[in-house]
Order: sequence, then structure tokens, then C-alpha cells
Amino acid sequence: MAVPASTRQLTSARAISEGIASEMKRDPDVFIMGEDIGVYGGIFGATQDLLKEFGPERVRDTPISETAFIGAAIGAAAAGMRPIVELMFVDFFGVCMDQIYNHLAKNTYMSGGHVRLPVTLITAYGAGYNDAAQHSQSLYSLFAHVPGLKVVVPSTPYDAKGLIIQAIRDDNPVVYFMHKGIMGLGWMTMLDASAGPVPEEAYTIPFGVADVKREGTDVTIVTVGMMVHRSLAAAKKLADEGISAEVVDLRTLAPLDREAIVNSVRKTHRLLVVDEDYRSYGMTGEVIATVAESALDYLDAPARRLAEPDVPIPYSRPLEQYVLPNAEKIAAAARELVHG
Amino acid sequence: MPLDQQTALSLYRQMLTIRAFEETMVQIYMEGKTPVFDIGSGPVPGEMHLAAGQEPVAVGVCAHLRPTDTVTGPHRAHHFAIAKGVDLKKMTAEIFGKETGLGKGKGGHMHLFDPDVGFSCSGIIGAGMPSAVGAALAAKMKHRDDVAVAFFGEGAANQGAFHESLNLAATWKLPVVFVCEDNSYAISVPKTAATAIPSNADRAQAYGIPGVAVHENDVAAVYEVAEEAVARARRGEGPSLLEIHTDRYLGHFQGDPEVYRDPQEVTRLKEHDPIKRMRDQLMAQGWLTSEQDAEMHKAAQATVDEAVAFARESPYPAPEEALEDVFVTVG
Repeated sequence: MAVPASTRQLTSARAISEGIASEMKRDPDVFIMGEDIGVYGGIFGATQDLLKEFGPERVRDTPISETAFIGAAIGAAAAGMRPIVELMFVDFFGVCMDQIYNHLAKNTYMSGGHVRLPVTLITAYGAGYNDAAQHSQSLYSLFAHVPGLKVVVPSTPYDAKGLIIQAIRDDNPVVYFMHKGIMGLGWMTMLDASAGPVPEEAYTIPFGVADVKREGTDVTIVTVGMMVHRSLAAAKKLADEGISAEVVDLRTLAPLDREAIVNSVRKTHRLLVVDEDYRSYGMTGEVIATVAESALDYLDAPARRLAEPDVPIPYSRPLEQYVLPNAEKIAAAARELVHG
Repeated sequence: MPLDQQTALSLYRQMLTIRAFEETMVQIYMEGKTPVFDIGSGPVPGEMHLAAGQEPVAVGVCAHLRPTDTVTGPHRAHHFAIAKGVDLKKMTAEIFGKETGLGKGKGGHMHLFDPDVGFSCSGIIGAGMPSAVGAALAAKMKHRDDVAVAFFGEGAANQGAFHESLNLAATWKLPVVFVCEDNSYAISVPKTAATAIPSNADRAQAYGIPGVAVHENDVAAVYEVAEEAVARARRGEGPSLLEIHTDRYLGHFQGDPEVYRDPQEVTRLKEHDPIKRMRDQLMAQGWLTSEQDAEMHKAAQATVDEAVAFARESPYPAPEEALEDVFVTVG
């Protein structure tokens, strides 16, 4: 990632809303709908100031009817629009998943490629602020599991803007995950990395291209979203101890940049996969399977993973912190991998 | 407006085509499934939901539509597809799982998509309604006077999608006509056992939109009621809900033992067959002779036979085609 140091700083939320605004200016068929995305500006700030700029016809607050408005995005897309639709918390997918996985994801295929659904579904995920089991999940692996959806999980404001523009311009359904903790919200502990350099002009970041956020030679940490920052913090600690960790930010889970994973493992010979999502049947397993299929011989130690340990996200602070990976746990796991 | 001769004959012709298609499908579906019924065998495998007896609701509503209008249908949707002008050859080929089908054999009979005439359907109950709302939203945002029609069964009126969609369409005053096709059964469960009120049309009141029920399985009655609902939507005055009573002659799917209804019920229903009824009316008006009627029956069957022949002769897709079309090419 080459961003001039002089570039202005934006939060991820601002970067996303700016990306949406630039696409709405560029293409009159782009519009956005969802709960509280108008005057409120999105509960997590992803749509701030859009109503003021584009008016209520193109920035539509909806009733609490996710099935209806996500389904409406499908119908509007089939009829030539390019809807962006916000599912406030990804945890709420349960009330509308039929429209997402049986229709949004499948209509193109079932029509033999004749139906085009340029829908961008944006949604917030992530734990760490005591919102408990129904408002803290990650769940992106579940969406990445379903054929027909592209799944994007940005970690920085720069990536957030480039990937949202790429998503809106894609002629296929994209589910775009926003970690609440990196939006730069004033009402939760501000992670420094919530704000970062973002160019003013529009730019895109291609899907399926992972980004090495830190280069290293001793161990590869493959991760995504918020855990990129936790892993970078761990890598810093490790560097002080003389361990050189490489942090690979997948950026998109579907498509998945398997080549980047394999290339890094071929270099470092050790693999740690870090995920805020549930451990079993998820991203960590997919990454390790990729290495097992293509680079097993390069591993000097068995691959390891650090993820949410297959329990619902608990409420109480010590319980929640116990189940979430953090810099200390990541550093400890990497240390064990390197030193055995 | 009462039906003129040309329109009446056109509606009649379409009903004949639908009936011929569904009755032909009854026969073809059983090919390869005797003496032992195996749902996965024969030229037309999988579930098969047919709409013989339900022609008026499709034909009477779609008569008011243009190719640029949108129709979404449910799992039982051949009659809606035919009435909306979906290419019958491609549709039949799709049902046969052939390369020349609407979806190149990837969708099948419950998942027919013809974007050229704005048609789609879904195997999930109630799922077409939100999509119709979205098509109507697109029309409104693009300042076109196109409308969207969502067809669904009376069973679907108990889905959340129904209530969410009516509320959203009414709140945003979108050009949607919701058409509840009431054939009395949700598979085996009768409406009386599943719906708290006698008439789904009354549910329109909850959303402040017109709700009209047609109690006869009669194409002229459907045509008249749909005319106003479609015109209202086109004028930008918002959605309507129509409840059309109709009769399902066949099982929920082919092979349905129909233990839930009296075997005599269908015989009784057929005494009021909508095609017979219309033929009698046309003849009484002097708009149709029995010779012309026989010709029309023959022509309808020929259209269907031609589509079936096309489907039979078409090749299957290459197996590895299964890996294509998950995404469209980014452009």
C-alpha cells in the first residue's frame, strides 16, 4: 500500500461514506436504503451526510423490514438500478437470509447468467464493546460459504474506500463488512487505526488481492478486519523479541487470494491464522486447508489458529475479552510457533 | 371496461395454451417414472407444480401488462410465465434441463428467469414480493410508468414477506399490484385452518391500500378488477392487493397422493371450469363457433408440441457448464 504521508486523515466511516458519495455522483442509478441511513447517517456512520447531498429519493430510510428492503434491492437491481443496502448489524441476517442466500446469491446462476444483480450489501460486525451474543458476531465466513456472494472485510480507511467503490461498480452481489471498532465512532474506544490517510479522488482496490500489511520472515499471520490491527500490534511486540512476523490482510474472503497465503508461507515456513469469527468451519480452516493443499511441505511447524472458541459472544467484560483474540494472545501463539 | 371480442379471444387463446401446456406436462412428467415412481428419473425430473384450473388469474392480470413491466411468480408459475409472454420454447427447454433453456438448465421449473419480458419466479414461498417492490421502486426512480405484479398463493399471505412488502410498497406509494392466488390449499393445509380471517383482500386495510376479492374463477372478472389495479399503479397512485379465488385441479405436485381432499372435489370444481365457461360465453355472444374453437384448441396444442419438440431435441449442457455463471463478468 503506497499512500503519500501527506494525505488527509479520515475515519473508516468517513472513507466509506465518501466512497458511496463519489459513486452516487458518478452514476444516477446508485442509491442507498436501510434503517437509519438518512438523517442519522447510519448507526455506524457509513452514510453520513449522504441525505443532505442526495436527498430522500436516493437515500432512503426504510421500515424495520429487512426481508422487504433487501429483497427490493434485488428487484431494483434486476430492473437496472445499482442499490446499496445496509443491514445494520450482520447478526440481524436471520430475519432476511432467504433473500440473501436463496435469491441475491443464486438468481444470476439460476438464470444462466442472464440476471445481473449489482447489489452492495453493507453490514456491521464485530465484538469488544459488551454488546453480547446478538450484536457482536462476525459471521462473514457464513456468507463466504455461499456461492454467488463476494465478501469484503476491509481493515483500514484507505482499503475501506477503495473496496466500497470496487463493490458498487461490481455487477455482482457484494457483502461488505464493517468492523464497528474501526469505524472511528466517538462512542466506543477509538482505535488509532480507525483513522488513516485516504486520498480525495475515487480509486478502486481489486477483489481477491490480499495486502501484506507488514513484511516478515519468521512467521506468517493471516487475518482480516479488526484482527489485522491486533496482529500488527503483536508483530511489533514480536519484533522487539527478534521475531519477524508477516501480517497478511486478506481484505476479501470471496474471492480469496490463496496465492498470497501460499507465497507468504513459502517464505516464512510458519502459519498462524487469526480470526474474530467462530473457530470451526470458518476462515481459519479455509486458510489452513489452502496451505495443506498447496504448501504443506513448506511448513516447519503445524499451522495454528486463534479464533473465537465456538461459544456465543458473552456479555461480561472478562468473559468477552477471554474469547477474543488480542495482541498478547497472537504474540504468544506466534512465539510458540517460532520457538516450538 | 367489458371485454371486446378481440381481447376476449386473446384471453381465451392464452388460457388454452396454458391448459394444453400443463396437461401435456402431466404426461411428460410421468415418462420414465413408471412402474416405480422415482422423482429424479425421466426427461423432466424434480418437483413439478402444475396450474391447470388456475388460468384466469394469470391471463386476466397479465393482459394489462407490457414487456417492460415486471412479474414475479411463485413455485407454481408456468401459467404466469406464459401469460407474461415468456418464450415457451426456452421455458420448456429449461424444464427439460437443456442448454437452450432460459437458465441453460441451471434453474428448472421453479426458477424461470426471462429478463426480456421482466419475468422471474422463486421456489420460496412469499419471496417474490420484495423483489416486485424493488422493480416498482426502480420504475419510480427512473420516472417510467412501468408496474410490477407479484403473484403468490394464499399460503404466502401468512409469510412475513407479504406484510413487509405491502407496508413498504404502501409507505413509498410504489406501482405494485399484489395478486393473491387463492386455490384454497397450502399444499395440504386448507386456508380455513391457516388464516385467521376469511378474506386476504381485507388485509389491504392494514396498509391503507385498496383490497379487492374476486370470488369466481372467471377470467373476465379478473380482467376487470386487474385493469383498475394496474391503471392505478401506472398513474402513480400506489399499490393494490387483489385476491383471486381459483381452483387447483392437480395435486400440489405431481405424485401428490392428495389425502387431504375428497376425491370428488376436483370433479365438482371442473363443473365450473373457467375455459368451458369462457367458451360458452364466447359462443353465446356469437364471437366463436365450435369449428373455430376446435381450431384454437388444435393451435394451442401445436404451440405446446412445438415447444416440447424443441426441448426434447435440444442438447444437455456440458457437465462442466455447472461451474459457469455463478457471477456475471464484471463490466
